[in-house]
Amino acid sequence: MHAITNLLYLALLGLSFVAMATYLVFFVRQNNRIRNVGRIFLLAAGIAQTLYILARYLEAGNTPITSQHEAVVFFAWSTTWAYLSFRWRYSVKNFGAFVATLIFALLLISSFSPRDIVPLLPALQSFWLPIHAGVSIIAYGFLALAFCGGLMYLLLERELKSRRLGYFFARLPSLDALDQLNSHCVATGFIFLTLGIVTGSIWASQAWGAYWQWDPKETWSLITWVLYLVQIHQRFTVGWRGKRAAVMAIVGFASVAFTLWGVNFLLGGLHTYAG
Amino acid sequence: MPGEQLVLLGVNHKTTPVAVREKIALSEGYAEPLAALKALAGIREYYLLSTCNRVELLLVAEPGCMVEEEVRTSLFGNRLSAEECRRYLYVLNGQDAVHHLFMVAASLDSMVVGEAQILGQLKEAYRHAARFGCTGPLLNKLLHKSFSVAKRVRTETGIGSSAVSISYAAVQLAKKIFGNLAEKKVLLIGAGEMAELAAEHLVGQGVRSVTVANRTLSRAVDLAKRFSGQAVSFDELVAQLERVDIIISSTGASGLILTREQVKPVMRVRRNRPLFFIDIAVPRDLDPGLLEIENVYLYDIDSLSSVVEVNKAEREREADKAGRIVDEETLKFQRWFQGLAVTPTILALKSKVEAIAQAELERTLARLPEAGTLERQALEKMVAAITAKILHDPLMFLKSESCAGRDNSDQKVTTVRELFGLGNGDDGQ
Repeated sequence: MHAITNLLYLALLGLSFVAMATYLVFFVRQNNRIRNVGRIFLLAAGIAQTLYILARYLEAGNTPITSQHEAVVFFAWSTTWAYLSFRWRYSVKNFGAFVATLIFALLLISSFSPRDIVPLLPALQSFWLPIHAGVSIIAYGFLALAFCGGLMYLLLERELKSRRLGYFFARLPSLDALDQLNSHCVATGFIFLTLGIVTGSIWASQAWGAYWQWDPKETWSLITWVLYLVQIHQRFTVGWRGKRAAVMAIVGFASVAFTLWGVNFLLGGLHTYAG
Repeated sequence: MPGEQLVLLGVNHKTTPVAVREKIALSEGYAEPLAALKALAGIREYYLLSTCNRVELLLVAEPGCMVEEEVRTSLFGNRLSAEECRRYLYVLNGQDAVHHLFMVAASLDSMVVGEAQILGQLKEAYRHAARFGCTGPLLNKLLHKSFSVAKRVRTETGIGSSAVSISYAAVQLAKKIFGNLAEKKVLLIGAGEMAELAAEHLVGQGVRSVTVANRTLSRAVDLAKRFSGQAVSFDELVAQLERVDIIISSTGASGLILTREQVKPVMRVRRNRPLFFIDIAVPRDLDPGLLEIENVYLYDIDSLSSVVEVNKAEREREADKAGRIVDEETLKFQRWFQGLAVTPTILALKSKVEAIAQAELERTLARLPEAGTLERQALEKMVAAITAKILHDPLMFLKSESCAGRDNSDQKVTTVRELFGLGNGDDGQ
């Protein structure tokens, strides 16, 4: 079993790398055949990630989302599938190059943390674990897409404003498409994030007897949640869009990243056992 | 003076500020001014061109007739003072008039050099004049020539592509900003040729509506009709910004039409929906400070050109090439036109000398009843040879190329006519 998971991990790393590489080549060369190859590899990478998570589930006997490594792989998995599901509904030109790069970066990060299977702490032995952690990390996947969209928006906006059009002008979709992407991904991500916090809070009340403990992870999740809430609220009331929304998506994602890593390394707290 | 004179009177965007141009623009169509001109004596043929950027009258006047003053009053009436006329109106004669017409037709005199619309407007103006029976053999020839010159310039130089590519660039940029243009609304400020062209391109991409704002509302209404849009006055400009998305400005105003302070509050009302300003006016209509406003994009003619990487040097090179074609065609036409004056003189001279010879021959033969067929033939041959030899030099003189590049066929024709007493009125056309 262990050999299989190892093999799967290598396979998903390799597939994600190839997917990224082909998307980047497509980005530079703009040849549609290459894009189709990239899509196939990314889909294969997504399947490999799913299989790896399943294999680890079988091996560990619980949802593999309890260590840093597992959480980051899960993050990459949710980003991949969020993209693939998104891709199925909309086509955003060259979005794949950015997302595939982010996915591979996440997987690369996951390879640095120990891959051992740690026995599950008693506190985590609950059916809430997959629900709470899974929902939260799916939220992160969509927010990661919004982050990529925000980056693309800023790159294109800068060229359009400076009136020196070049590399990105030819390759990125319209500002409007990127802004819509931002809006949809943030909205979807926000719904999952809310669910994640609510389920976490319910679980906390069952496990620790209190809904909210002001544990650093909880606090930072709340900060992240408020950041996205403000963005969504402002979009609907005064029309925060375009550059401001793109910057907010990036700031929000920085907060997500800090919640995922910074809190563990810098602040500690009740959640330190998990990713 | 033999032959008729070709005179061109006009104002255009280069000589005349937009305020004056708008005053004299023929907003009511061609029918009325063409009819008014018909009443004037001394004009054989004429045609009238009126666009947003120019009003020009080309006419063929009777020889020696000074019609300029009357034409001016007929055309502009009291809308323009004599002083203004002197300042703005250009009057070109003969070759200069032809050259100017060709420059206009080839779109080398346009605000945006190379835009193709002027040729259509020229043809339209010609159609009107022809329908009213205002044009004659000379103008027919000249205008058709101008169409072919325009075509030659278009096919042999890249001059057309820069104007087209500028509106193409505007469309590309609009697409990059808005994605789908189907629900977008366009506002034209000022009714320039280039703005119209860009608007046409955008309409081709399916924008929902075109609104036209112009200082004189009647012109705005005319242009709006073309796009089945709406015309608004200048006072409503800022209010319009709340509902439109793409603004193309091309007024001839010397100052700024919209400033940053005016546009900034609009963005709040628009809930930050992007605004795309295209400023193709020279000097600029729009405050460069607009760029500082979030979600506002501003492109002027230079930045648009840089978008399509049509560099200025290349455009100038193409314009030079086009200028050479126009020069060449002007010269060709001039040669034809002079031929028109020289040929009747040659014919008149020939017929006069031959008539004299024939008459004298008949008188002589009448006095020689005993002359046989042989003698008669000898005499006829001699007379023919004498006429031919006498005519040789004056004809060579008429047909000879101008000396030292200076054109003096007018002078030559006059000399020959005076010398041989050919009269002035019977030189035909």
